[in-house]
Parts: sequence; C-alpha cells; structure tokens
Amino acid sequence: MGRLCILGVRGRTAWCTLLLLLCCSGGDCESETRTPGPTDIQGVKPFHNEPQPQPFPEEEKANMPVFTMDYSRIQVPFEFTLWVLLASFAKIGFHIYHKITIWIPESCLLICIGLIVGGIMHSVKEKPPAVLSSDVFFLYMLPPIVLDSGYFMPTRPFFENVGTVLWYAVVGSLWNSVGIGMSLFAICQIEAFGVQDINLQENLLFASIISAVDPVAALCVFEDISVNEQIYIVIFGEGLFNDAVTVVLYNMFSYVADIPAVESVDVFLGVARFCVVSLGGLLFGVLFGIVAAFTTRFTHNSRQIEPLFVFMYSYLAYLVAELFAISSVLSIITCAITMKYYVEENVSQRSCTTIRHVVKVLASISETLIFFFLGVVTITTEHEWNWAYILFTLLFAFIWRGLGILVLTQIINPFRTIPFSFKDQFGLAYSGLRGAVCFALVFTLPDTINRRKLFVTASIAIIFFTVFIQGISIRPIVEYMNIRRSNNEKYNINMEIHSRTMEHIVSGIEDLCGQWSHYYWKDKFKKFNDRILRRILLRDSRAESSIVSLYKKLELQSAIEMLDTPMGDLSAAPSVVSLHDEMKEASRPKKKFPTADVRNMHNILAKNMYKIRQKTLAYTNKYKLPDESRTREILIRRHSSIRRSLRASSFRDPLSENIPKSQRYYSLQPGSDLESAFALRRRSHGRSLMKVEFLKQDIVMFSYIMGVFCPGAGGSSTRSAIPLSPIKERSPGPAPHRTPTVQQSEDEEGAMPHGWQPEDPQGNTVSRNPLLR
Amino acid sequence: MGSNKSTLQHIPNAEELMEETGFSAAHIQRLYDRFQLLDRDQMGGLRNEDFEAIPELVTNPIKDRIIGAFLSPGKDMVDFPSFVRVLAHFQPTNSKRSKTSSQEQYNSPTRKLQFVFQLYDQDRDGKISKTEMLQVLQEMLRMEETDEQLQSVMEKAFQEADLDQDDAISFDEFKKSLEKLDISEKMSIGFLC
Repeated sequence: MGRLCILGVRGRTAWCTLLLLLCCSGGDCESETRTPGPTDIQGVKPFHNEPQPQPFPEEEKANMPVFTMDYSRIQVPFEFTLWVLLASFAKIGFHIYHKITIWIPESCLLICIGLIVGGIMHSVKEKPPAVLSSDVFFLYMLPPIVLDSGYFMPTRPFFENVGTVLWYAVVGSLWNSVGIGMSLFAICQIEAFGVQDINLQENLLFASIISAVDPVAALCVFEDISVNEQIYIVIFGEGLFNDAVTVVLYNMFSYVADIPAVESVDVFLGVARFCVVSLGGLLFGVLFGIVAAFTTRFTHNSRQIEPLFVFMYSYLAYLVAELFAISSVLSIITCAITMKYYVEENVSQRSCTTIRHVVKVLASISETLIFFFLGVVTITTEHEWNWAYILFTLLFAFIWRGLGILVLTQIINPFRTIPFSFKDQFGLAYSGLRGAVCFALVFTLPDTINRRKLFVTASIAIIFFTVFIQGISIRPIVEYMNIRRSNNEKYNINMEIHSRTMEHIVSGIEDLCGQWSHYYWKDKFKKFNDRILRRILLRDSRAESSIVSLYKKLELQSAIEMLDTPMGDLSAAPSVVSLHDEMKEASRPKKKFPTADVRNMHNILAKNMYKIRQKTLAYTNKYKLPDESRTREILIRRHSSIRRSLRASSFRDPLSENIPKSQRYYSLQPGSDLESAFALRRRSHGRSLMKVEFLKQDIVMFSYIMGVFCPGAGGSSTRSAIPLSPIKERSPGPAPHRTPTVQQSEDEEGAMPHGWQPEDPQGNTVSRNPLLR
Repeated sequence: MGSNKSTLQHIPNAEELMEETGFSAAHIQRLYDRFQLLDRDQMGGLRNEDFEAIPELVTNPIKDRIIGAFLSPGKDMVDFPSFVRVLAHFQPTNSKRSKTSSQEQYNSPTRKLQFVFQLYDQDRDGKISKTEMLQVLQEMLRMEETDEQLQSVMEKAFQEADLDQDDAISFDEFKKSLEKLDISEKMSIGFLC
C-alpha cells in the first residue's frame, strides 16, 4: 500500500506540474519571442531614456546568446504532446487505484478530469485548443477509433447476426430520430417553455444528432461486464452502422431546415441518398481492402513498411468517402474487415503484431483525448440552459429508445435463431449511450439555426447523463438482472472439432428442410474465397483448416509448458516455485533477457509460429490485444528459470520422482511409452556440460516443435518423443540460425528428416538434422 | 397457415406428433409438405435415393451420417413420424412447453448432444472409438489436411476427452468435453412456418 501511495503522490505532482505548464502555455496565450540581442545581456530597460546622449556611445556588441527561447515555433506540437500526456497520465492514475475502474467506467473519469482542467483554464481565461472543431474531430480523431473497431471486430458473430445489426442500426435510428423530433416539436408548442421558435425541421435535425448510439462509450462500459455475445455484437454493430443513417438524416434535415416546406420528392431523394451513402461506403471499403490485400502480397522483401499499408489504405478509404460525402465510417470498417483476413496471412508475424499494437495505441489516444476534451470544452463553451427542453430531451431519448428496442425486437425475434429475451432487450435499451460523435456533430450545426447554443447544451446534457448515470449503473443492473454472460473460455480441440461437425449437421438439416440458411452463404463465400480471392490476394494460398491451426497452436503451448515443469534435469525446486510465481505475475510486464541465444531462438520460434494464425476470439477485449503473448511469455519465463538454476547450482541429482504423472507427450505414438523416453533423457544428463545442457534443452524444444510443424516429412513411422543424443562435440554457441520462410520450410520438408531422431545404441544420431549442423 | 386442426387430419397421428415434439400445427403442416415433396415416388417414406436427390445435401461432407441418423436400424425407409422426431431435435431450447420434464423433450441440450454422439458412433456401441473419430475428421477435412495431421489431431482430442483412458469416449465424457460450448445455440434451426 505504501508503494501505491508513493506512486500516487508522484503521479499527482506530475499532474500538477503538467497542469501548470499547460495553463501557462495552452490556448491562445501570448507567445513571447525573445530575440537574442544585447538587451538580454545588458538588461536595458526601454523606458529609461538616456537624458543626454553619451559622447562616445559604446558600440553594441553582438554577443553570442547563450540561452534563447523560441516558443512560437514549437507551440502546436508541444501543446499537443502535453495534452496527450496529461490525458494519458490521467489514465494511468485511474488504474493505480484499481477499485475505481470497476465501478466507474474510464470514460467518466476522463470527462471528470477534463472538467477539472477546463475549470482551471476557464478561471485563467484561457481558451482551449480547438480540438473538437468538426474537421479535426472527423478527420483526425475519429478514424483511429473506427479502424480499431473494424479491425478487431469479431467477424463470425457479426456475420451471423448481420441482419439483426442492420435492422437495429437503420430502422432503430430512424425510429429514434423521428420519434424524438416529433415529441420535442410537440413540446415546443407549449408556450410556457419558451422554445416556440424551434420549428419541426430543426427539431428533427437535433433529434437525428442525439439519437445515434455511440459505440465508443457503450463498449467502454461493456468491458468488464462481458455480456453475452449477442448483445455485444448488436450494440457494437449498431453503434458503428448507424453512422450511415445519421449522416443521411443530418444532411437531409439540415438541408431541409433552410427550406420552409418539405415535399415528398425530398423524402424520396432522402431514401435514394441513403442507399448511395451506405452502399457507396461499403463499396469503397471493399475496394480499398482488396487493393491493400493485393499490395501486401508483394511486400515480402520489404517487411518494415508492411504495417504502413494497412494504415494508409484504411485512411484513404475514409478520406475518399468523406470526399464524396458518403459514410466514411462504413467505408473504413469494411476496408478493415476485408483487409484483415488477407493481410494477416501475407505479412510477417512481426508486422502483424505491429499493426495490431499500433491500431490499439492510436485508438486509445484518440479515445482518451475525445473524452478528455469533452470535459474541457463543456466548461469553456457558452451555454444556454432551458430546463424544459433539456429535461424533455432526456426523457424522450430514453423513452423512444426503450420503445424502439421493444418494437423492433418483437418484429425481428421470429427471424432469429436465438430470440432476445426481455432481459436482453433491457440490456440493449439501457446501453444506448451517446458519446462524442453526437457532440462533434452538434458543433457542426450551421449558425443559421438560432437556437444553436441550446442544442449544444442539450446534447452535452444527454451525453453526460448517459455516460455517467447509465454508464455507472449498468454494471450493477446487469449483474442484478443476471443477463446471460459470455463464457470466453479457452477453446480446446474437442470443441473445435465438434463445433465443425455441428455446423455441418445443421447445414445439412436445413438443406433437408428446404430452408435458406446462413450457412448457405457462408459456404458459397468460402468456395468463392478459396477458388478466386485467395489465389489473387495471398502470396501463399494454401488453406489450413482452423482445426489444424488450433491443434498446432495448442501443441506449441504444451510443448513449452512441458519444458516448464520439472523434468529432473535442471533444478526442480526453484523451477516449480518460480513457475508458480511467474504464473501469478502473468499480468506484470515481462522482463527481457537479451542474450544472443535467447534472441536467436526467439527468432526461429517466431518464424515457425508464422504458420499459426491466432483464431480471432469471438469476443475480444477492447483494451487488450488477442492474447498470443502467453506462449512467448512461457518461453521467456522458461529461459529465466534456466538461467537462475544454472547460476544457483549446476549439478544436481536427477530428481526422477518429480516427473508428474499427468505429463503427456502428445506426439508419442502408440507403441512407444513414456518410460523409455524419460529413461533416455535421464541417461543423457550426466554426460553433459552445463552450457551444452542449456543448449540441449532448447534444441530439444526446437526439434519437438519442428516435429510438430513438419509432420509426415520423410514419412517415418517411428516418430516418438526420443531426445537427441548429447551434443558434446558441438561448440557452445547460439543455435544455428535457420531462417525459414514459408516456402522454404515447405520445400525442406521433403528433403529434411524431421526433428526427432531415433538413437542407435552407440549414442550417435542416425540421420543428420540441420539443427545439429 | 392457420392452426386449424381439420387441415391436419390427412396427416396421420398429427396430434400425437405435436404433443411429442412440440411443433406447432403450422410447422407440422409445412414439414409434411416438404416430406411429400421429397418423397418422389410417393411411397410414404423417404429412402436413400430421395435424400440423394437434394442437391445441397449432396455436397455436405457428412451427409451419409446425417441420412443414417434418420433411418432407424433395420429399416431403410423414413416415415413421417420419424422424420419429424429427428427434426424436433433442432428446435431452439427455450420453448415454452414444460409439460414433460426437460430431459425427455427432443430439443433439450442433452438430446441434441445425443444426436451428435450417435452421428459419431456408427456401430452404436455407446462409445466413440478412435477409428470412428478419425473417420469423421477425414470426411470433414480430407481435402484440406493430410491423414497424418488428422491422426495427430485425433490423438490430441482423445487425450483431452478420454478421462478414464479406455481409448473410447463415452457419452458422459463427450458431454463433459463440450460443457463450455453453448449447444442450444449451435444446434438450433429457426423453423419457418
């Protein structure tokens, strides 16, 4: 606890320093350029006139300035960096005291900090940086967030529920906008409230802005709750796809707001425009996605710039859509979805990781800044408060959303395989949070609308209400109502196999019943994909079924785990203890062990792991990447325990009784048994040198893994987990650095005998293994 | 379609079927129409040729097993009640009927699992042997993977599921290995009326 306090204090002092700095430098403060010159050094005050000119004025010497300051040059990037830092410190600060984030979502906390900073700035009469101007927001801050959502979208549940998602997004937004707009107009008619000058079009315009559910805010809240997949994907998809509707409605109503009367032609044009906007967005997205995938087919010689393509193409998709005023959000999402599948198979493992990390970082920065500035700008804009209008807005927003969800669900439930229960519907209705998109949109309202300030205030009020009240209360409500939660347990092989079987069964039965099924489209797309798309877009278009990919991944993990548990060679006791400790420390960042050995082995393993593509978990945590790090962590922990044990005491008696009974050798073919494998291993221990022992362990691991990855090579049927002979004759050094690219490893499969070699009685390996060369 | 009981009179045992399986009258009617359509020679039962005539089903890798699930052992024709009974397994689980205990209902998760289990267990000895599982894997994945890969996959699956190490997976072990999977979600069809 003491440590936490110190950290908290340090955090706080850092905050205060930053705040002061910001206040001094933020906004429109005067920047003083001080030119270097003799005035600095001699400190001549300009007001003091010399009473008489001096007879021999000293020549002004132009001394070289030792210390100068030129603030205006760096002002913009400097302030930007400080703001980002401040917001990020706020974020760090929350997680120091862990309990807060359980009850209060991060978005709320960030807004609060923003409010505080805004208050400070307001009292010092500074203006905040113009970050939430619509251009900056829509061109710079929104794309990373949407890219993140699209890139990590769980595609399988999404496509299974695509009808539902679109139904809620499109029809729901329409329903909400029209409903809220009409009711507000009705309210405006009442004289007592003093808002009679807002006509129907303006009400509808305002309603279209605030009816859009914001995915950022809603998903922030869902993080710790892990509601079931159906609700998650509906909220997620709805938040993203109602952008098309919002854009159209906004444009339509703002256009119409200038015209006194609405004609039916305008409605028809509105519908046509909606089609153009949405389909155009999808089209552009798919186009750019395919081009991006095609580009990455040729990047195997320039691996460093691979991540660049992902970002550039998706940003291009966004901008081009903005150019044509079609739905840029749809465009970038479709681009990301299309691109991801092919790009991740074409690029190297490192690039893949880089892309994922950078996407997350950018999205994180953007989101933090958005909520932060929401707080700041709240204080510093001019507000117009009208109790009636605002309260009724809140009320209607709530009512219409609830009604909307109810009615829409009733209509669509018969078409769903798993209908939404009332609890699910409540969850859906209650998680309709509004967020920054709404806020930015309201700022783009033209000034011709005379009640603009009221609208701004009302939308801020709605955002605050939904984010704070609903955001904070949704967690206890979900738990109280016992809404179905997801169980994202680790998949094992059985589940994968039987899932696949069940899919085939269901598909067959549906064909039998003569029903159109979504498996039909899935199958069709799969065939099209395999035959055409993969050939064009992938460099190496051999398919690998998900069952076998999962199998390989699990084998790799168990291979590494196998070496983690005590096996009697290296020290047993510290390993066990350290292993348990390390498992508990799983959340802390791992230490690095930068030796050439570890790095080389790491390289080799990483290149072999290239073949496994992590099956995207159906439900990905928003703030964390899909967890591939476990295997790498285990690998590094293993090395750390090896090193520790080597340092501690070198020779120990093999503790044979420590071999756990539950140890399983998955590649052990029927016929060979566990005991012989261990016997060989134990026998070979005594003859090894210390360093060679270390290398042997890792070569054993390599070979095992190579055996896993290159099965069937050479067609040997005597494949069993027999260790290699001791490699005394080898000079200690890093393991030979094989650089298998995908093609190479495939070619060598035929030529090279696989990893495990049977030992003949002399203790020499029978055949040559490239690893031992 | 109306739930007019009179329209179902030409369907033998319609009411018992409705009671037993939980289908509504409209469903039964539709299934009967489909049955008639599939039964090309109007013999009152479906045989292998009728199943093979469905074009989409032919491309299904495990179609023989699915067809086999309809046929009771010893018979080679599927009559309408058996047809409906098998299809009843695929109703969503959240049906409102609770007259009979949930274990007996066709669409309970256990019954669904039993259906899948029987698909694997062709010789009906109550256990899935290694060869049986390997056969299923081969049927599903023959085009994509080599036999050795599938062998390894099968071995691993057995390691995970076979808890009493008798080289066969019993129904309980099967059920346990799939306890984290939402069976009702995966094995349900929305029947149209």
